[in-house]
Amino acid sequence: MLANIVIQFMNGLAGASSLFLVAAGLSIIFGVSRIVNFAHGSLYMLGVYLAYMLVEFFGRSSIFGFWGGVLMAALCVGLIGVVIEIVVLRRIYRAPELFQLLATFALVLVIKDAALYIWGAEDLVGPRAAGLRGAVEILGKRFPQYDLALIAIGPVVLGLLWLLMNRTRWGTLVRAATQDREMVGALGVNQSGLFTGVFFLGAFLAGLGGAVQLPREPAQLALDITVISDAFVVVVVGGMGSIGGAFLAALLIAQAKAFCIGIGDVSIFGTVFSFSKFTLVVEFVIMAVVLVVRPWGLLGKQQGTQRGTFMVEPPLYPLNRNFWLAVLAVVVLLGLVPFGGDGYLLVLLIDIAVFALFAVTLHFLMGPSGMVSFGHAAYFGLGCYGAALALLKLKLPMELALFAAPLAGGLGALVFGWFCVRLSGVYLAMLTLAFAQIAWSVIYQWDAFTGGSNGLVGLWPSEWLKDRTVFYAFALLLCIGGILFLWRVVHAPFGYALRAGRDSALRADAIGINVRRFQWFGFTLAGTFAGLAGGLFAFSKGSISPETLAVPRSVDGLVMVLLGGVQTLTGPVAGAAVFTWLQDSIARNTEYWRAILGLTILVIVLAFPQGIAGFTKQVATRIGVMRREAA
Amino acid sequence: MTVLSVSNLSKAFGGVKAVQDVAFSVAAGELLALIGPNGAGKSTCFNMLNGQLRPDSGIVNLLGRSLVGMKPRDIWRLGVGRTFQITATFNSMTVRENIQMALLSHHNALLSLWKSANEMYLDEAMVLLDRVGMADQSERPCGILAYGDIKRVELAIALANQPKLLLMDEPTAGMAPNERVNLMALTARLARQDNIAVLFTEHDMDVVFAQADRIIVLNRGRLIAEGSPMEVRANPEVQAVYLGSGVTYAGGH
Amino acid sequence: MDRRSWLKLSAAFGAAMFAMSGAQAQDTIKIGEMNSYKNFAAFLEPYKKGWELAVEQVNASGGLLGKKLEIVSRDDNGNPGDAVRMAEELVTREKVSFLIGTFPSHVGLAVASFAKEKKVLFIAAEPLTDKIVWDQGNKYTYRLRASTYMQTAMLVPEAAKLKKKRWAIVYPNYEYGQSATAAFKQLMKQAQPDVEFVIEQAPPLGKIEAGAVADAIAAAKPDAIFSSLFGPDLAKFVREGQTRDLFKGVQVFNLLAGEPEYLDPLKDEAPTGWWVTGYPWYAINTPEHKAFADAYQKRFKDYPRLGSIVGYATVQSAAAVIKKAGTLDTEKLVAAMKGLTHSTPLGNITYRPQDNQSTMGAYVGKIGLKDGKGVMTDWYYADGAKFLPSDADVAKMRPAD
Ligand SMILES: Nc1ncnc2c1ncn2[C@@H]1O[C@H](COP(=O)(O)OP(=O)(O)O)[C@@H](O)[C@H]1O
Ligand SMILES: [Mg+2]
Repeated sequence: MLANIVIQFMNGLAGASSLFLVAAGLSIIFGVSRIVNFAHGSLYMLGVYLAYMLVEFFGRSSIFGFWGGVLMAALCVGLIGVVIEIVVLRRIYRAPELFQLLATFALVLVIKDAALYIWGAEDLVGPRAAGLRGAVEILGKRFPQYDLALIAIGPVVLGLLWLLMNRTRWGTLVRAATQDREMVGALGVNQSGLFTGVFFLGAFLAGLGGAVQLPREPAQLALDITVISDAFVVVVVGGMGSIGGAFLAALLIAQAKAFCIGIGDVSIFGTVFSFSKFTLVVEFVIMAVVLVVRPWGLLGKQQGTQRGTFMVEPPLYPLNRNFWLAVLAVVVLLGLVPFGGDGYLLVLLIDIAVFALFAVTLHFLMGPSGMVSFGHAAYFGLGCYGAALALLKLKLPMELALFAAPLAGGLGALVFGWFCVRLSGVYLAMLTLAFAQIAWSVIYQWDAFTGGSNGLVGLWPSEWLKDRTVFYAFALLLCIGGILFLWRVVHAPFGYALRAGRDSALRADAIGINVRRFQWFGFTLAGTFAGLAGGLFAFSKGSISPETLAVPRSVDGLVMVLLGGVQTLTGPVAGAAVFTWLQDSIARNTEYWRAILGLTILVIVLAFPQGIAGFTKQVATRIGVMRREAA
Repeated sequence: MTVLSVSNLSKAFGGVKAVQDVAFSVAAGELLALIGPNGAGKSTCFNMLNGQLRPDSGIVNLLGRSLVGMKPRDIWRLGVGRTFQITATFNSMTVRENIQMALLSHHNALLSLWKSANEMYLDEAMVLLDRVGMADQSERPCGILAYGDIKRVELAIALANQPKLLLMDEPTAGMAPNERVNLMALTARLARQDNIAVLFTEHDMDVVFAQADRIIVLNRGRLIAEGSPMEVRANPEVQAVYLGSGVTYAGGH
Repeated sequence: MDRRSWLKLSAAFGAAMFAMSGAQAQDTIKIGEMNSYKNFAAFLEPYKKGWELAVEQVNASGGLLGKKLEIVSRDDNGNPGDAVRMAEELVTREKVSFLIGTFPSHVGLAVASFAKEKKVLFIAAEPLTDKIVWDQGNKYTYRLRASTYMQTAMLVPEAAKLKKKRWAIVYPNYEYGQSATAAFKQLMKQAQPDVEFVIEQAPPLGKIEAGAVADAIAAAKPDAIFSSLFGPDLAKFVREGQTRDLFKGVQVFNLLAGEPEYLDPLKDEAPTGWWVTGYPWYAINTPEHKAFADAYQKRFKDYPRLGSIVGYATVQSAAAVIKKAGTLDTEKLVAAMKGLTHSTPLGNITYRPQDNQSTMGAYVGKIGLKDGKGVMTDWYYADGAKFLPSDADVAKMRPAD
């Protein structure tokens, strides 16, 4: 028994090391540049691949060959980070908040296809570490020598980072910039040099985290996504920008996983509870608990306010006659499609309409309410499942079942939102992610009720809606209705109150607005309409699966909103249309469609840092089509 | 008529006794200036009145109603308007919308999901802007205004709920000297018109002596003097504090 | 805008619509193919080569019904929603006669539901879920590969022979792993009533903490292990288990681990002695297989994987059903699928009329090492027809067409 506990503890220690390295890199990059780097997992993946290649090159059987390859791989990844910083990110530091996230998302796509092109699709199982191939005896159990080395690497890197941060001028600057980015600029320090250096360090750590996993982790193309969510969780649980916190959190999470596995099945009051299944979601449960109890992570400090990078949003464009005429024109145009276009165009437009509604609900949170959600798909997915279960289990007719969609989405948002609005910024975003993952894992595992990973099928609309044109009209009506309603809400006192809370919570409070309560209602409203989008999605596809509330769907939503432009109401619609259409047409025609999609997004990002709608608006204003904002 | 009365007000941060046993009152239509060197406890005192800080002990009464333990937003609903030392307005809204925001809240109209906020209480907002001399800038985004103009907007916001008491923590901080006098003259005029009690802190003694009806002086958390501008100016203890602290009358932070 | 510009605009709009709908003459037979090429590239790259080869062969020998066969292929992004959209596109815009393909089970089920609703024939190539032909089976959906249940059933006789009492089970935590585990437990209890399942580990797919899982299993002191891990999870489990001596004196059974896609990456660390299902392409000497393997190697300068077989055989099924039906009418095609028999590199297969499942089997054998590479030894072909539940059981599970 004792031996088992000790061994699982050591497994936890070994697992924590690489996690810590990646998370520390992410944390440092975020701390200084405030960039939520989605591509960090891709850098890790490159670390594993490059280590595979370089260890082979230097000779896998010599100790020098192995460690030399690992170190070289990490250095290469560091340099790749530098290139990314200089070529892409440097151009968009002054874009609206989170816009950089879009660029890093594009990089994920590009790097994944690049890796596929270079290393092929087959999993590459790396060699064992030279000199550390075997195992040692601990309490009668065999424990891998290499894992002992890993256990040592974590604290060593932590110590080196501490020295770097606390004993060098550069480290002092990094810490100062983490506290207050403007201040460093004011001190006359070369900011771009500092940022490039930070990116090198962060990417190097990600690459090292990947490279040291070579003997334990086959190089493969899904690593990026697997690792990025773990790394985010560790960074947030530890406290953004805190390296020590990242270490502590990595330990906590790796230990929790090891012990869940070690405990196995436990029978509680006659029902067997499988802790090993719990590893699917344990890190997110930990994150949710930590964030609810300690809103800035274990060792984090409240983030200094972000001046400078935050572009002030222009006042709302009123919903005047011109606006309604434009809406009418779009509706008429869409109404003409069934007469001219083929059936598939209708299908594509239904998808676009559904995603546009979804994106608008997310924008409602991110824009007017000032709450970024990384887990917005939860409400979309709950809507899907609400409608599906109402149809299949309650045997409600489809029209009524569709009502269950906004209800389920809204109810989920009501519960999760209550916790989320207590936080702000990236912490809020991560708590939404945690809740989304928890909801996902319940649906994913609850086979008897939700159909588990397979999902639910046979969700087709009622007879009168089966005709594609009729369903098109139906879906369009609801989506456009929902979008217009949300836009009205933004222009209504409720929406103004949300924007007031976002612009200045202090002032809003001082004029009698209960900011949190409004945020909570706003969150619920957004969830309700996201649920409606989900319900329509379910009936347009005939089947749903846990994918509908998984991370990629949330990320798609973010990409749509950011691509269109957070600062304009129409942005998310434009973003949804462009993204869905791009994905559809590029995926159809090219083999490396992910890379092309990524590159296209990069071009858009670099060309229009205010998003597509922001750009169109600018042009329209310049050529005088639109009234210039009084300025 | 006494609008605000404070007695025995105390607050300590760890070992630092920021405010000790302070007592004063403000009458309707009266401008009471709270002065004192940096770190005297003025802001702490203010924050206990507006609900941002909870006093360790003491009584704060607004028209006979205790404010202790209430949230800022509830205190506002009782008729207490505020301006901030560092301005806080809604930068993504126009000047007019900023005022409308306060009016919407005042009229409990915020839960509407359908009406166009931009068109609600429009005239009322324009009247308020007119009173502070900002009507001609009503359609400009608040985020691009000059600092002095933002202060006026804040004043208009503070007036939106027809307050009985106005709390202004360093209302003129960061403004050019002639603008300061103008702003406080405007405030004084409005307060007298509407019979509003005003409590403000101020570093610029020219402003204080020109506009305050009465002055109280705080030093190291304690009240050391109270009276008309003439009396306070003549008070040797006050002179000592200001000379001893090395801070000129025009200092600021 | 005045009236004339409105007219112009609508005309332009109409023209654009027409251009997009891509009117075309039908001088080829089009079949729609969808798969998650990017998400499961290791399996699906060979798969694609497999069907490409089959199409070339069909067309070289004169095509079908006097026309050339054309596969219109789409990447469904591993996502049921996208897959259904692609299916719509293939059916309405590309006017394909029917659909083939898909890899993950949830995508397969989504397309199956689409096929039923829109009355299109769908030959599911790879999805292993039992539900696609049983609980959620429908008239329009057929499945080529041996399902989770069948492959598990193929291993059970060997497992029962050993008379091991204490079994540990490890499986990826999603439907495939769960079904494999459930089937294994049920079939083992029938074959060997005193069997005991001492521990179950269900790591998340693709995220196994292999060291901890191996130690937890070792702590339960099992006599044998049944695993349905594959891909990176399998590789990690094998390495950690070997380092920690988990497999010493413990017999392991592992679904799918003999497939080159999963066995080859293990190189010289392939776990010898494990019972697996898989595909020993290097040792199958039937004429059908030799012809296929030679053609494949000649065409692609690479050896076939199991994916190659699945891709190749799927198109063979498609070609065979068109030939048998003699038409592209859906209802006739669907009718022709019932009991359709044709030859594949693995021998003849039949689509069973009672549940639309093909009888394609799998190879059962033990892992051995040869020239520093894992191979299957002592293998034999397990014909799928022999590892299916009784017709009565099937009828109970499957809704009527
Ligand atoms: N939140 C706080 N925590 C600890 N000490 C504080 C805090 N706020 C104010 N103080 C201290 O209380 C004293 C009074 O501060 P303050 O009220 O801001 O003075 P004033 O506004 O008159 O310049 C000062 O010594 C200050 O350092
Ligand atoms: Mg102060």
